[in-house]
Amino acid sequence: MNKEQLPIVVPIAKIEDENEIVKNFYFDISIGAKPGQFVMLWMPGVDEKPISVALDDGKQLVLTICSRGKATQEMAKMKVGDKLGIRGPFGTHFLTNEGETLALVGGGYGAAPLYFVAYEAAKQGCKIEFIEGARSEKHLVYMEKLKALENTNIHISTDDGSVGHKGYNTEVLKKVLEDTKVDKIMTCGPEIMMQKVGEIGEEAGVNTFVSIERYMKCGFGVCGQCVVDPLGIRTCVSGPVMNYKVAKMFDDFGQYHRDSVGKKEYFNPK
Amino acid sequence: MANLQVKYLGTEFENPTVLASGVLGVTAATWKSVVNSGAGGITTKSIWLNEHQGHPNPTIITTENWMMNAVGLPDAGLEKAKEEIALYSENKPAPLIASIVAGKKDEFAVIAEEVDKLDVDILEVNISCPNVEDELGLPFACVALDAKSVTEDVKKVAKNKPVIIKLSPNVTNVVEIANACAEGGADGFCLINTLGPGLAINLETRMPILANKVGGISGPAIKPLAVKIVSDVYQATKLPIIGTGGITTGADALEIMMAGATLVGIGTAVFYRGADVFRKVSKEMSDWCDKEGVKSVEELIGTAKV
Ligand SMILES: Cc1cc2nc3c(=O)[nH]c(=O)nc-3n(C[C@H](O)[C@H](O)[C@H](O)COP(=O)(O)OP(=O)(O)OC[C@H]3O[C@@H](n4cnc5c(N)ncnc54)[C@H](O)[C@@H]3O)c2cc1C
Ligand SMILES: Cc1cc2nc3c(=O)[nH]c(=O)nc-3n(C[C@H](O)[C@H](O)[C@H](O)COP(=O)(O)O)c2cc1C
Ligand code: FES
Repeated sequence: MNKEQLPIVVPIAKIEDENEIVKNFYFDISIGAKPGQFVMLWMPGVDEKPISVALDDGKQLVLTICSRGKATQEMAKMKVGDKLGIRGPFGTHFLTNEGETLALVGGGYGAAPLYFVAYEAAKQGCKIEFIEGARSEKHLVYMEKLKALENTNIHISTDDGSVGHKGYNTEVLKKVLEDTKVDKIMTCGPEIMMQKVGEIGEEAGVNTFVSIERYMKCGFGVCGQCVVDPLGIRTCVSGPVMNYKVAKMFDDFGQYHRDSVGKKEYFNPK
Repeated sequence: MANLQVKYLGTEFENPTVLASGVLGVTAATWKSVVNSGAGGITTKSIWLNEHQGHPNPTIITTENWMMNAVGLPDAGLEKAKEEIALYSENKPAPLIASIVAGKKDEFAVIAEEVDKLDVDILEVNISCPNVEDELGLPFACVALDAKSVTEDVKKVAKNKPVIIKLSPNVTNVVEIANACAEGGADGFCLINTLGPGLAINLETRMPILANKVGGISGPAIKPLAVKIVSDVYQATKLPIIGTGGITTGADALEIMMAGATLVGIGTAVFYRGADVFRKVSKEMSDWCDKEGVKSVEELIGTAKV
């Protein structure tokens, strides 16, 4: 890893709205990131947060950010030309090989890093079944960009049935696995969804890779904030992308994560 | 193969390397994985009586020569620490040093009394935190009288465990503070905490990079300072020391032991050499000893002709 961990400061080159709360931020740099890796994004005077790389094509870097709390809401107010700091890339990545058939299952802004997977895999001649779930049609992200990719079938599910399958994207995944011989499943989104995807993949005998989000401060394996039980491994170094078989061994997986002081927070509080 | 075992204040360590406080130490699972990576012992993150929020990010930056952090001692408090310590006790793989911290004098005694009852081997008192009752907010570690009275208070209640004091290098005369702690009954020292604070400014934004603006400096750049302070305090007090500050290689570890350290704390080097830095450093120490015909590293403690 790079022994110098100082942010590179660059202006925002372009901003796009994906939906009401999700935006794409473009920067005119490349950091050599691979799909699934993340950066630490410094918003001077606000905070610095982990954000997945949504595209790094050698010329531009794209980050897709969903407004949730204080820092990401501040991010949503940023304008073209505002200077932000970038450290990274960090962590493990999704690995694809030439000619594979992939099922990519995204929920929420998790579709963005999977778009990067599809973008690279399409160039490798992979066949891509892209399965995206959202609350309703207007919450979908990355539809236009996905349609422009070769060898990519898009499957949609919405909670309200406003478009595509009414229900969960995991139900769509089951159907896809029945109809198509898939080599690998890759998923990014809410952990409970990824847990379900992992179970379905395991049942079908397909290797499944998940992307684990834990509270991260340093991104390079020192602060210890991003560890999982009972293995004590650091998700910023050994993750975020992991085989479901490994994630399944965590006490945490689909159950809890830890906050900024290390306290457990359950996904479904009892 | 040279014998790397050392005895520190009655506890046997498989090798002299211990995880320094505040690096990686959030959960028992991590402590165990660090022991798996070769550490002879573990120091917990500094434990507060109650939940303590750290600073916002950025909190840690590094260059090839130093790391600067303003993590701000985040901790979930004593109750969570009790759970983690109990978890670590199931198949305890190596000694555990509990680091405790407080912002007020009386709090040190309250937390020390509680932690003294737990399955830990040594209490390490981090007095580098600002004293909120001091007019200038000076850290306890910067005022000899405060350092002494905190030591006395902790010693009074810690009936079962040895007490070591972790000192700050950011004073005019560390030996004066160390002597004061020794008078207060300290059983040993951990030397040193981070240097500074320092400041790093980003050119494009003209802003400090750390959200807290300033941060404590650690890593290779502070090693000569750590070696000097260990040497001085060893000569002055003869109390056993955990030598910490920029230790990255086996040679660094041997150097600080010759200066007077019994154990060697490693924090920042986890970044430079990975989580298995403990195994690497131990191997390098043992190779050197074999080459030099040294049978046991313990023989080397305090042997530098300073
Ligand atoms: C590897 C990784 C990749 C990510 N990729 C993206 C992405 O591409 N797009 C995106 O919009 N978001 C991404 N996130 C999540 C993003 O970091 C959080 O949404 C953001 O930090 C929330 O901060 P806030 O102040 O807006 O909200 P808060 O109100 O502070 O928190 C909202 C939620 O985000 C979590 N969170 C807060 N700070 C952190 C942190 N430092 N690390 C991890 N989780 C945190 C909180 O636990 C809480 O669940 C990623 C997180 C990780 C760990
Ligand atoms: C990220 C980070 C967090 C730290 N947190 C603590 C802490 O909670 N308590 C403490 O006594 N020292 C803390 N320290 C200081 C270290 O324990 C150690 O004394 C110092 O970093 C010098 O050693 P090193 O160069 O090997 O890191 C911290 C250091 C770093 C880099
Ligand atoms: S984010 Fe600091 S160790 Fe993973």
